[in-house]
Amino acid sequence: MARLLDVLREEFKLTGAKEGCGEGECGACSVVIDGRVVNSCLIPVAQVEGAIIQTIEGFAMGDTLHRVQQSFLEFGGAQCGICTPGMIVAAVNLLERCPKPTHAQIREGLAGNLCRCTGYTKIFDAVAHAAGGK
Amino acid sequence: MTQRAPLHFSLRKEGREKVTGKARYIDDLDFPGCLHGTTVRTAVPRGILKGIRFEGDLPWHEFTIVTAKDIPGKNYVALILHDQPFLVPTDGGRINHPEEPVVLLAHPDRHLLEKARRAVKLDVEALPAVFSIDDSLAKKHLIWGDDNVFKKYRVEKGDVDAAWPKAHLIVEGVYETGAQEQLYIENNGMVAVANARDGVTVWGSMQCPYYVHKALLPLFGLPEEKIRIIQAETGGGFGGKEEYPSMLAGHAALLAWKSGKTVKMIYDRAEDMVATTKRHPSRTRHRTAVDAEGKLLASEIDFVIDGGAYATLSAVVLSRGTIHAAGPYLCPNVRIHAKAVATNAPPHGAFRGFGAPQSIFALERHMNKVAKACGLTPEEFRRRNFIRDGQMTATSQTINEGVDMNRVLDRALEMSGYREKRERFARENPASKVKRGIGFATFMHGSGFTGSGERALGSIVGVEATREGRVRVLAASTEIGQGTNTIFSQIVSEALGVDESLVEVAQPDTRHVPNSGPTVASRTVMIVGKLVESASLGLKQTLLQSGFLSEGYDSAAFREGCAAYIGKHGELKSFSQYKQPPQIHWDDEKYQGDAYGAYAWAAYVAEVSIDLTTYETRVEDFVAVQEIGRVMHPVLAAGQIEGGVAQAIGFALYEKVVWKDGRMMNGQMTNYIMPTSVDLPPIRVAFEEVPYGYGPKGAKGIGELPMDGPAPAILNAIEEALTGLPQASGFGCNEIPFLPESLMKVLEKHRDSV
Repeated sequence: MARLLDVLREEFKLTGAKEGCGEGECGACSVVIDGRVVNSCLIPVAQVEGAIIQTIEGFAMGDTLHRVQQSFLEFGGAQCGICTPGMIVAAVNLLERCPKPTHAQIREGLAGNLCRCTGYTKIFDAVAHAAGGK
Repeated sequence: MTQRAPLHFSLRKEGREKVTGKARYIDDLDFPGCLHGTTVRTAVPRGILKGIRFEGDLPWHEFTIVTAKDIPGKNYVALILHDQPFLVPTDGGRINHPEEPVVLLAHPDRHLLEKARRAVKLDVEALPAVFSIDDSLAKKHLIWGDDNVFKKYRVEKGDVDAAWPKAHLIVEGVYETGAQEQLYIENNGMVAVANARDGVTVWGSMQCPYYVHKALLPLFGLPEEKIRIIQAETGGGFGGKEEYPSMLAGHAALLAWKSGKTVKMIYDRAEDMVATTKRHPSRTRHRTAVDAEGKLLASEIDFVIDGGAYATLSAVVLSRGTIHAAGPYLCPNVRIHAKAVATNAPPHGAFRGFGAPQSIFALERHMNKVAKACGLTPEEFRRRNFIRDGQMTATSQTINEGVDMNRVLDRALEMSGYREKRERFARENPASKVKRGIGFATFMHGSGFTGSGERALGSIVGVEATREGRVRVLAASTEIGQGTNTIFSQIVSEALGVDESLVEVAQPDTRHVPNSGPTVASRTVMIVGKLVESASLGLKQTLLQSGFLSEGYDSAAFREGCAAYIGKHGELKSFSQYKQPPQIHWDDEKYQGDAYGAYAWAAYVAEVSIDLTTYETRVEDFVAVQEIGRVMHPVLAAGQIEGGVAQAIGFALYEKVVWKDGRMMNGQMTNYIMPTSVDLPPIRVAFEEVPYGYGPKGAKGIGELPMDGPAPAILNAIEEALTGLPQASGFGCNEIPFLPESLMKVLEKHRDSV
């Protein structure tokens, strides 16, 4: 059976979610299903019947970036950019669940998304800024 | 903690596309009707290919099948030597490692393709193989050339042999580093279109379009203009997309050539990890003489790296490792023997630091050992030996950069609270189940190609203006996350006095951009950026001298000037080619002279905790202070350091390649562990700035530097933490990765013997 990731990328041409490892380790394929962040590479498409799925493509409103996207841009949270869509999906979801996260909560909340470029520092800064400076 | 965005610096040029998911990487590009390609590999480390069988109940006639017999030109991957084939020859071809490509398959259905890959069987006569540096040096089996050695260097300064008898102390040590996977999050991938009429076009994830171009010329025997290589957005490289993309591009193009269709080849993670290049494993032996004042008298270094089955870039990796082996210290007598040897594993290759992280790990562990033997603190020993302006390195390069390593070290020790923590940990450790330690490393890293390398490359950059006053940079240097697009735009903007929004960077496409050299070796800002600057100044001169522009112009005047010039002459372009600064001299025979135009200088401090219940080591705090000439862009520069430090923490503590008969056994992210967001400490970065005359606005290279220092700093901290622990006495902390299992083995061995 097709994976949700393949359906998003190949049928819907929503290529923001990436395949980094195909086994749920890297989080580059993160999307939100009914409010929960999941690795779309591990989800058989039949499981999402009737669900609401949010991908990175739905976060900006026209030319206006979501504040988390804007913050990643300003703080240098994206370098090569391949983990960025998944990382932003996870960060937005974290702030929805936990609007004023501590530094430890940010680290924990993004632990399912691997980044090889940044050492995560600028990503933490970006998320903290988007949360309102805390 | 309040976060203030550094808005006065330009935002990442392609940042909006990246944060919105609109950036298109190779697997995101849509090629309707394309075939997918895959690779059948050898699985045995060494042998002779006797036959290929296509088994199973599969519609083989639907597949495009390529073997070495289908290669229209020459069957070697052109790089330095021509020893590595694109495909193992079918008529009794030699197999030299277990991931060698033999058969390529293409089909529209990816799932069927995978079934077919598994149904291709190879008949192989196995030969005995070599898997270690020692067995290779001992010529247990002759597997490459007449001595298993790809390359040797010998560096001689002063008279080492005459120095030993004068020594107050002689200290010896052996240090080892393991392979490391680059682990860019985007796997390697290529798409090719190829036919006799139009030639070959390849799009893909890569660092060096002209390396791929060079490799495909002999493969197809076509003229230069018939091979076209285009870089797609690239999801990380770290050296891992320096030489390997030539292989994959060749494979995709061979399938396209035979099928007459577009062929897409995207590796999955497992194939990318096991089959592509990794950091060279290394072993370094040090023998060091010091005088009664703790000053270095003589240093003999034996540096060996495991190159895997083919020569690829090992000679150059070895070169950088060799030159960095003696570090930022003054030693009157130095002898370095260096060798890159063959084993029956996939070729090891470029990875950020390029040999230097290996030899610097050995040196900085060894310097602590020598300090201890002298009864000096690590910092006092280094202060007595730091190289200063006017003094000569191991290759007899006179340092003249105005950099004071004492100052760099002072700042790092102060920022980290080194002295206070060292004392406190020594006091608290005896009563604690968690042992703490703090350690540091001091080092330098050369920018650009080694020796005469940049002169040989002769890189070229162009800038082109449009009638609308927009300026486009024409260069083959790639954006791989490090910020090439942003920095080049900034350099053009500063040189021409035009707004950065009017500057664009052309997509690296060998049909449209000149060869500005590979995106490697910490050279993109210092070397290529300088060419961007001089090409921009050339364009400005052209406008000024032709009278279409006068000094003190604004954006509108610039636009009018461009339009008028182009109206008269048709186009407005300016090119600049690298010329070696006159003071640089290098002797390739003796390996003496000015190894690099400039160095970045650094002191890194790591604080660790070791839990004796779980044997887990964590880095709790990290301070990185470096002098890099002018900091071009504080956000990007800090991002390079933080990312490099994270990767190097992985090198030191987490990332172990498990080998069995030349194959990587843990080719998954579940069992090859890179640092996550919860594993890393705060990484605090500071810069010293002493402008370098031949870099753009004084900038030097930065990309590789942060890979060098963390591993020895961490192991130095671990040694401190374990001091006073009787079970650990005699444990050298001389091998990385240092895993919980490494410590468990030592401590439990002691327990069993008590």
